[in-house]
Amino acid sequence: MNAALPPQVATEFRRTLAAPERPLLTRGGWATFTVVAYVLLVLVPALNLLLPASHPLHVSDYVVTLAGKIMCYAIVALAMDLIWGYAGILSLGHGLFFALGGYAMGMYLMRSIGREGVYHSDLPDFMVFLDWKTYPWYWSFTDHFWYAAMLVVLVPGVLAFVFGYFAFRSRIKGVYFSIITQALTYAFMLLFFRNDTGFGGNNGFTDFKRILGYPIAAPGTRVALFVATGVALLGALLLARWIVTSKLGRVLTAIRDAESRVMFCGYSPLHYKLFVWTLSAVLCGIAGALYVPQVGIINPSEMSPANSIEIAIWTAVGGRGTLVGPMLGAFVVNGAKSWFTQAFPEYWLYFLGLLFILVTLFLPRGVIGLLRGRR
Amino acid sequence: MRPLGGQRSGECRKRGGTTVSAAALHTVDSGSAGLAQAGMRIAGADVDTTHGPILYLDGITVSFDGFRALNGLSLTIDDGELRCIIGPNGAGKTTMMDVITGKTRPDAGTAFFGQTIDLAKLTEAEIAHAGIGRKFQKPTVFEQHSVFENLELSMKADKRVRKAIGARLARADLDRIAETLELIQLADAADRLAGLLSHGQKQWLEIGMLLMQEPRLLLLDEPVAGMTDDETMRTAELCLSLAGRHSVVVVEHDMDFIARIARQVTVLHEGSVLAEGPMDVVQADPRVIEVYLGR
Repeated sequence: MNAALPPQVATEFRRTLAAPERPLLTRGGWATFTVVAYVLLVLVPALNLLLPASHPLHVSDYVVTLAGKIMCYAIVALAMDLIWGYAGILSLGHGLFFALGGYAMGMYLMRSIGREGVYHSDLPDFMVFLDWKTYPWYWSFTDHFWYAAMLVVLVPGVLAFVFGYFAFRSRIKGVYFSIITQALTYAFMLLFFRNDTGFGGNNGFTDFKRILGYPIAAPGTRVALFVATGVALLGALLLARWIVTSKLGRVLTAIRDAESRVMFCGYSPLHYKLFVWTLSAVLCGIAGALYVPQVGIINPSEMSPANSIEIAIWTAVGGRGTLVGPMLGAFVVNGAKSWFTQAFPEYWLYFLGLLFILVTLFLPRGVIGLLRGRR
Repeated sequence: MRPLGGQRSGECRKRGGTTVSAAALHTVDSGSAGLAQAGMRIAGADVDTTHGPILYLDGITVSFDGFRALNGLSLTIDDGELRCIIGPNGAGKTTMMDVITGKTRPDAGTAFFGQTIDLAKLTEAEIAHAGIGRKFQKPTVFEQHSVFENLELSMKADKRVRKAIGARLARADLDRIAETLELIQLADAADRLAGLLSHGQKQWLEIGMLLMQEPRLLLLDEPVAGMTDDETMRTAELCLSLAGRHSVVVVEHDMDFIARIARQVTVLHEGSVLAEGPMDVVQADPRVIEVYLGR
């Protein structure tokens, strides 16, 4: 091929063709990132803890808990964007991974109650109620925080890996994959509804008393959980940015757009999909684990098909394939939800459906597309 | 005939990734090494063509719901050869390419790449790694990526996930992309999204992507479909320049194009070889005239 080119032409190109710049975040991105980090990690905690409730700048406990909860959702939306926005795989079962992470943390929180339950037993109340004498084997070691934290990552991760391996190896794609994930989360919901499963049946876990020895409802603990969630969110964003700006990210979008070409280029789509799918599930698990101590309850309704569909709606509303967009979408939709369900409780689902239709029709690039388009 | 085939190819599969990456690294080290040289070096390491041919198809049969798309097809392509394959619609041309690239598994028969690589045992990605590049009938490029990124992604490299996360372009990689951009006449469009290219440009980009893989064998399925006369001529020149460095198999309907590049022509009909030989001999064959050329 060199022979086809006069030598001077080749030299000239050697000088001009530079590798494209692919920064982790742009300069403006880093500025925004720093401001958001400052607000989440310093300002909000300070305004909540240090100012008296009567002060006009005081951030109320309600707002801290709500924002902490929505940040957990934002991590899920980010995870959804990696798999859907970049790799083009629509999962309608991400609520399952979120709930499994939540249950793993919930087991630790239940063990931390100690003998302060209604029946003053070593066992959680629901087990006493079922007349169980000892913990089932899968509750072993869950009284250790680090073991529970490991489960938070491993349970969603291993389930996603095994499920993903068989689904992707069988080349299940598109709507079929979405339907199977929806069925998967539904099956788990039915399983967790059963009392015999050993996870508290339809009541799930609640009435937590403390985490790592600190009282769970105390202002300091609440703010610490809020900060931990903020760190997880910002960390997840940087991790996701790192992936999508690497060659790995470009292979993922290539799989989304022309999978057969990717295969004939010598890539194995199975491994790429499996990697991002498992990572996405693990992120959801971590989000669930941060969510449960903040809202104080986890039950099988988190695994309901509608919950997983809502995750997809946050992502679509925010703008697929942008990372920041879906995070924004989680805030917009859930912010609207907390207001709407108080003002017009019976109309929320209609509103959500309408929002989804309007966004699909008029804002194919989501809210972030609207913001970027105006600039 | 090839008693060692199965065993050896299994071994190849296991160490496929590392062998290729070692070869690719070698290319990078040697700086301005051209594609041709790089191709030769990789050739020595991977594909055994000591007996001459690079591709053996022997008695390949593929049935779809009882319809025999390929019916005992036997075909041999020599190393460095430019072979044109023609045949009426439904003759099995695309199915043959599917078999060679691992997309379709044959019901019977054997397909070997070189002396040792049994294609029936490899996945699409492994076959691509072994050194077979394929251009689709409909140009298939990554439309949401720039022309540059299309070439970057298809470049010969270690294509495992963990290598992709920290992959960086070396100077030599950029040079190779620049050379290919020049060759496919898209140097000015490097930053343009591939989806915005004209049909002919997409065809060329796809050929450029194949070349970035440094394949030993190139399969081109209708490379000039939808091209202007001028583009067709330039594609013909490109194909001729590729022969020798790569083995090239061209499937085409455009007889002017075939006439321009053809050396050896194979005519497929109803899933097997009807005639084979130089263009003028094949054209004069009464059976060929009956099924194809005469119509």
